[in-house]
Amino acid sequence: MNQEAIRDKLISRFGQESIVGTVPFRDQITVTVVKEKIREVCLFLRDDPDLDFSFLSFVGGVDRYPDKPRFEVVYQLYSLKHNHRFRVKTMLEEPEKGMPTVDSVTDIWPTANWHERETAEMYGMVFSGHPDPRKLLLPDHWDCHPLRKDFPIEGTDADTPELPKGGKTEVLSS
Amino acid sequence: MREAQPRTLDRISETFELNLGPHHPSTHGVFRAVVELEGETVLNVVPYLGYLHRGYEKACENKHYHQIIPLAERCDYMGASSNSLVFCLTVEKIIDAEVPERAQVIRVMMAELSRIFSHLFWLGTHAHDVGAMTPLFYGLREREEIMNLFELTAGGRLMPNYLRIGGLNRDLEEGFIERLTAFTNHFERRVDEYETLLTKNAIYVDRTKGVGILPLEDAIALGASGPMIRASGLAWDVRKSQPYSGYEQYDFSIPVQWGCDVYSRYLIRVQEMRESNRILKQALAKLPGGPIRARMPGLIFPPQEEIYERMEALIHHFMLVVEGLKPPVCEYYGCIESPRGELGCYIISDGGPKPLRLKWRAPAFVNLETLALMSKGHLFADLIAILSSVDIVLAEVDR
Repeated sequence: MNQEAIRDKLISRFGQESIVGTVPFRDQITVTVVKEKIREVCLFLRDDPDLDFSFLSFVGGVDRYPDKPRFEVVYQLYSLKHNHRFRVKTMLEEPEKGMPTVDSVTDIWPTANWHERETAEMYGMVFSGHPDPRKLLLPDHWDCHPLRKDFPIEGTDADTPELPKGGKTEVLSS
Repeated sequence: MREAQPRTLDRISETFELNLGPHHPSTHGVFRAVVELEGETVLNVVPYLGYLHRGYEKACENKHYHQIIPLAERCDYMGASSNSLVFCLTVEKIIDAEVPERAQVIRVMMAELSRIFSHLFWLGTHAHDVGAMTPLFYGLREREEIMNLFELTAGGRLMPNYLRIGGLNRDLEEGFIERLTAFTNHFERRVDEYETLLTKNAIYVDRTKGVGILPLEDAIALGASGPMIRASGLAWDVRKSQPYSGYEQYDFSIPVQWGCDVYSRYLIRVQEMRESNRILKQALAKLPGGPIRARMPGLIFPPQEEIYERMEALIHHFMLVVEGLKPPVCEYYGCIESPRGELGCYIISDGGPKPLRLKWRAPAFVNLETLALMSKGHLFADLIAILSSVDIVLAEVDR
């Protein structure tokens, strides 16, 4: 199936109120799904025989600070049977208190386990229903989220005390 | 004085935890796993990652597109050219650049050389992990030849940093073609030599056959790719399924095995080296002339010799260095077949000179997720063989 057919199938199944945006670029389309429906859409993408997205390439986060909604979670899919790829994503608002939350897809694609653990620690998100919500790459005692745009690239003395001190890294200004 | 407690059955079967790594030669870097053992049998493996985490993606988001290429090669230093290739292909798709034919063929040569390079070192260290010392020396002999080829044409031995957005850094050095031809002519016989050391070696087969079973359904569910999934019986290779850089013009086959075990992964990688050699021979035969970099002023660097002669070229070069390449607002996912599997690069651009987001789909990271499943119920010594059969590069796992 080509990208347009997959998009149309999603829209006809879930309707405009769940599929809130589709952006084509070159030969790929990105479909944005409301947060509440993401599990349902993922299940449909995996189980529908015409789509059959059995392979999850990655789950990743995006921080669009200072734009709103601030966060995105991206799911890049591949169908081994039909040899097509597709990408869905969902937008997350930054709550007043606590962290943005989205449903985990680990039970749909077990490979999402590590991807979600990494995304959670890097962006400060909660994947609800995740079977093993520990940190993956960062030290347990670091209470910071380095891939957020408001986190300085050289780290902070309070949050990342183990990082080597010394002259600040020169970063090319754009 | 207390009498020594008699060893009862329930005391013997008590489980205990053993720390494997982070500094252990069999982990090929700094990988740590807590292994739950009952006697010598592995009950569970819990990997702890991050000892080599350098904040690669964060660093990429703070660099111009052209500056990311050397960083990308440091991600997986065993298949360096594959990493710069996936990044260049993705950016070229975003800016809609057409790479000249000659550059595409040379890129295929570099990618296949890096595949052989990576598999050779894997073969040596894997054999070493299961107790065979000799294959390492044999493998390093040919690996040295490839490193000399990289050095000849690009300067760098491990990380050539030879690809550029839109093409290549420079044309091939004089003598490269002859030396690569000589290499491809004798490499097939060298692979035969490795096979005489291992393929029918009773000790090696005993250590690896039926060890580390990864059924196909689990391999797909856990996102395994590359030799891992091909050893579980699925003929899936991105070079065939969604060809890039002109791979559709080469005649090669995808090796498949159905054993799902360490031995199958070994057979796959050995066979892949032969297929890569076939591709190299075809690339040498068809290498066309012509430019080595596309022309897109303001997006791709102009040819070096023009900078000295033409004012406009100098201006474009200067502006690209200072201001960087500014792609349209977009997002795009590009992927290739690296020595370890599906290597992907997902870029979101906000129209500025630096990517808003660069997500690296590292195949070694995803393949490592299968470790716990594969090693349950095996002996601890087998865990070492299974871990090395995944072919991890910790720099890529931790990024």
